[in-house]
Amino acid sequence: MSTDLIELSATDLACERGGRLVFSGLNFAVSAGEALVVTGRNGAGKSTLLRLIAGLLRKSGGRLDLTGGAAGADEATTAEQSHYLGHLDAVKPALSVGENLRFWTTYLGAPRGAPIRPALEAVDLAQLSDLPAAYLSAGQRRRLSIARLVAVPRPLWLLDEPTSALDTQSQDRLAALMRNHRSRGGMIVAAAHGPIGLDDPRELKLGAVT
Amino acid sequence: MTAFLALLGRDMRLAVRVGGGALMGALFYFTVVAMMPFAIGPDLNLLARIGSAILWLGALLASLLALDRLFATDHDDGSLDLLMMGAMPLELAVAAKAIAHWLTTALPLIVITPVLGLMLNIEMSAMGWVALTLLAGTPALTFIGLIGAALAVTLRRGGLLLAVLVLPLTVPVLIFGVAAANAAIIGPAPFGPPFTILCALSLASFVIGPFAAAAALRQGLE
Amino acid sequence: MAVIDLANPTRFLTLVNRVLPWLAGATALVFAYGLYRVGGAPDDYQQGATVKIMYLHVPGAWLGMMAWGVMTVAALGTLVWRHPLADVAGKAAAPVGAAFTFICLVTGALWGRPMWGTYWVWDARLTSVLVLFLLYLGMLALYWTAEDPNRSARAAAILALVGAVNIPIIKFSVDWWNTLHQPASVVRMGGAAIDASILVPLLIMALAFTLLFFTLHFAAMRNEILRRRVRSMRMMQARGA
Repeated sequence: MSTDLIELSATDLACERGGRLVFSGLNFAVSAGEALVVTGRNGAGKSTLLRLIAGLLRKSGGRLDLTGGAAGADEATTAEQSHYLGHLDAVKPALSVGENLRFWTTYLGAPRGAPIRPALEAVDLAQLSDLPAAYLSAGQRRRLSIARLVAVPRPLWLLDEPTSALDTQSQDRLAALMRNHRSRGGMIVAAAHGPIGLDDPRELKLGAVT
Repeated sequence: MTAFLALLGRDMRLAVRVGGGALMGALFYFTVVAMMPFAIGPDLNLLARIGSAILWLGALLASLLALDRLFATDHDDGSLDLLMMGAMPLELAVAAKAIAHWLTTALPLIVITPVLGLMLNIEMSAMGWVALTLLAGTPALTFIGLIGAALAVTLRRGGLLLAVLVLPLTVPVLIFGVAAANAAIIGPAPFGPPFTILCALSLASFVIGPFAAAAALRQGLE
Repeated sequence: MAVIDLANPTRFLTLVNRVLPWLAGATALVFAYGLYRVGGAPDDYQQGATVKIMYLHVPGAWLGMMAWGVMTVAALGTLVWRHPLADVAGKAAAPVGAAFTFICLVTGALWGRPMWGTYWVWDARLTSVLVLFLLYLGMLALYWTAEDPNRSARAAAILALVGAVNIPIIKFSVDWWNTLHQPASVVRMGGAAIDASILVPLLIMALAFTLLFFTLHFAAMRNEILRRRVRSMRMMQARGA
């Protein structure tokens, strides 16, 4: 991925859900290699902000721009340049582990015929590739979901409490993946209550700004 | 195109795996049609006369009820979010899901139609034509039902709501489908005109359905 | 071997592997003899040779009903005694029973063509078999949709028992429905006592069908046990990683 001056910036961002103003007047910027941790009490709008950046919610005011990278080249939207790792794993129990990952990599635009094995190895699921995903534990499903971020290169990772259901070993592995992503010019916006293994992240505290 | 085929393939694979909905539509259709004579009576002449109506009503209900979970399963496990984040327009993604659904639900239903035709005393020679009307008409049912399925998932309701929303919209398909099938079985009206209109309805819904369904899903982004 | 020993799926597998070839061989022999006797049975003075379809049609109906009986016993085993093999027996019997019922329906239709001039009439007996077939399809659908065998076991057992209670009621209702609409317009079999020249081949064919049922049922049970073992081994593999 190109590292030239890619930046995500929000100016006076506001979001309304069900007639309630979740947040407003939000300003932040994340540039290549940086990480932003969104904190705040329950209901402060951490998940809402991530879904809004992912294009899954509409903003009610302000600006949100992703500049540089592929954005200028072919007008790819922010959503198409982001990975969203939400509370749900988007894993189909009836498909095998490999089939699940292969579908998402193809759908999300990995080059044709790109191998999925390195991504499965990165989350330590390679030996379970042929098993139905129904047999996986919650943590293993989470890891399968994370493999998607590795398999398809996209500059912006949106992580909603990514360490939930992960054991310490898997948390360390995720931390290494995030470090690697940033070292190659990727950006991370994460919602978290505690530390998730990011090195010197910037912090955005929600709830205080309103 | 790769993404389109990947989604089509995934949905078809899910349908034929354990717990999938393939053949369930055909099973429902078979059961509903086989139940009709218990209400109407076993008079073979009467059954032959209204057979096409029975088959079409059965196909209509089977197509719509099977659509209930089309988006709901993807919504419940978070897949729908990711489907919206692909580079492919949501309209195409929705169309891929609908085609996969038609292939795994409506096509088996058409295949067993001749067997049911025998039970309703429809002439063997006419049976092919009746199956042809279903082949031409069921895509319209699927693509109209698609809109209902998308609305149902954004409203977090399903089942009967979907039927109530969509059934009135399928009236033209039912009219021309049964008209074409009747023309094939008993005549004397020609088969061509209603059949052509039926094809036109399918083509039109093929265009309108995905756009309306994608719009409904986007509106659901609350 | 005591019945209690068979409770152990491993013992059951050993037994099935030993018995199955003999059972299959016996099935083939009785079938061959039965078909030979059917060939020698007299033709009907009205229907000619088509009456011989009966030798497939009637045993098919009997075995279709018997399979539901096996499922009912298995259902009791699942619900009352929680026997580990009971659900396997019930699940294995469902597709086999459905297949026999299907044979009965297909042969009935083929027989109906020369007899009634059409492949299907809503005759009381055939219609009852059709409803039985629909019940089987429902049972197969239930097994098909439930991914976890432990969860589907009790649901299927309850459906089997409900079906067993309902089948006589369905039979009665269909008879009533049919006579209401079609007073004695359908050609009926028998009436007078069946001659031994017909009855003996019929009973031999019924025996052949019964042997075939148990051959298929045991093979299906073995497959189901192995399938469940594969499943639990793969789950252990997932846990290990």
